[in-house]
Amino acid sequence: MERIPILKMGEFLLVTIQVDMHDRLALTLQDDLTAQIVKFRAHGVLIDISALEIVDSFIGRMLASIASMAHLLDAETVVVGMQPAVAITLVELGLPMKGIRTALDVEKGMIALRGAILAAEQDGDASGIR
Amino acid sequence: MPTANSKLLEVIEKREDQITGQWVEQQQTTGRKLTAAEREQANRQSREFVRALKSALQRNSGGDVSGPDWSGVREFLVDLSSRRAKDGYTPRETASFVFSLKLPLFSALKNEFGADPKAIADEVWLATLLIDELGLLTTEAFQKSREEVITRQQKELLELSTPVVRLWENILALPLIGTLDSARTQVVMQNLLEAIVQTRSDYAIIDITGVPVVDTLVAQHLLKTVAAARLMGADCLISGIRPQIAQTIIHLGVDLSDVTTKATLADAFELALRRSGHKVVGQEAASTNAAAR
Repeated sequence: MERIPILKMGEFLLVTIQVDMHDRLALTLQDDLTAQIVKFRAHGVLIDISALEIVDSFIGRMLASIASMAHLLDAETVVVGMQPAVAITLVELGLPMKGIRTALDVEKGMIALRGAILAAEQDGDASGIR
Repeated sequence: MPTANSKLLEVIEKREDQITGQWVEQQQTTGRKLTAAEREQANRQSREFVRALKSALQRNSGGDVSGPDWSGVREFLVDLSSRRAKDGYTPRETASFVFSLKLPLFSALKNEFGADPKAIADEVWLATLLIDELGLLTTEAFQKSREEVITRQQKELLELSTPVVRLWENILALPLIGTLDSARTQVVMQNLLEAIVQTRSDYAIIDITGVPVVDTLVAQHLLKTVAAARLMGADCLISGIRPQIAQTIIHLGVDLSDVTTKATLADAFELALRRSGHKVVGQEAASTNAAAR
């Protein structure tokens, strides 16, 4: 069966989507990703969509739900590498994907993730003291 | 139309040189002052046109000027008027090219059928119809090429008015000037997103000092641009909001609370520098710091 590979890079997981997503593939990815987050105790997930020429509302919703699931498992998600044309289409469709962190490429995504994890830890510490 | 005018062809064939000569003269008196080169060109064009007219009349199988027999004449006239439109002729000067053919043509007809008033009247009527039709065609073509010039200029203006400026290593500025409609927003968005990819910038400042009016539609376009830049991973700041515009935005109930806004480009630039970990320090303060160390 077709699967989307999930690579472990230090404390982060890297998911590169290079094929057209459909329902089954999305569900498999959600299964795999949540399992890997728990297995490796990952704190960050990078989803690279630079190879996607078309992003529709289905993929938009899927990315959002993956981000929420990862958040429940204490991992931050960053979507990286969106094409300009895709960004324009999403905005014109009225799907500005609020609540999803974005970055230009994997490198910048990592920097953003580190910042986000640091902020989350500080938040956690602060609430722990209280 | 020129169905029954086999006589017209005969007359033109018989007196071609006379008609052409008189026509060229006529053009010079009615049209604008021509330079020697332009006169030479007009001469050549007149000869060509008479030739095209002749072959169209020969082939004429009863159709009107829009038919296939006349395609040569039509092409010639369209080419001529589009060239004249670009060279800055007025519509009157362009149309008079065709209309000034009337005088020589009519006088040739008069010489031919001088004794027969009815034949003269018929032939003149047919010739008038033909030339009027060709004149209208010329004017239409002239208008069309002028419109093409205007469209091209509009497009150039659109590109000119949306520059993306690099302010710092990872900070872009987009000074908007003029009204923001959906077509322009599209261009602005595209330029901005491409520049973000190219320069790998983290911050984009949209400066709206030059935007005269911000209504709900313009605000919506701005928000779209901000959202698109955010999807590319860049943070957008809006600057250059004039007091009146701030008032209008609030009165209209536009919600800009998701976007960082600053009154001036300088403030927005400073904020972007600070967020990217830079700090602007005066020279004196810097040197005192260095001395203290």
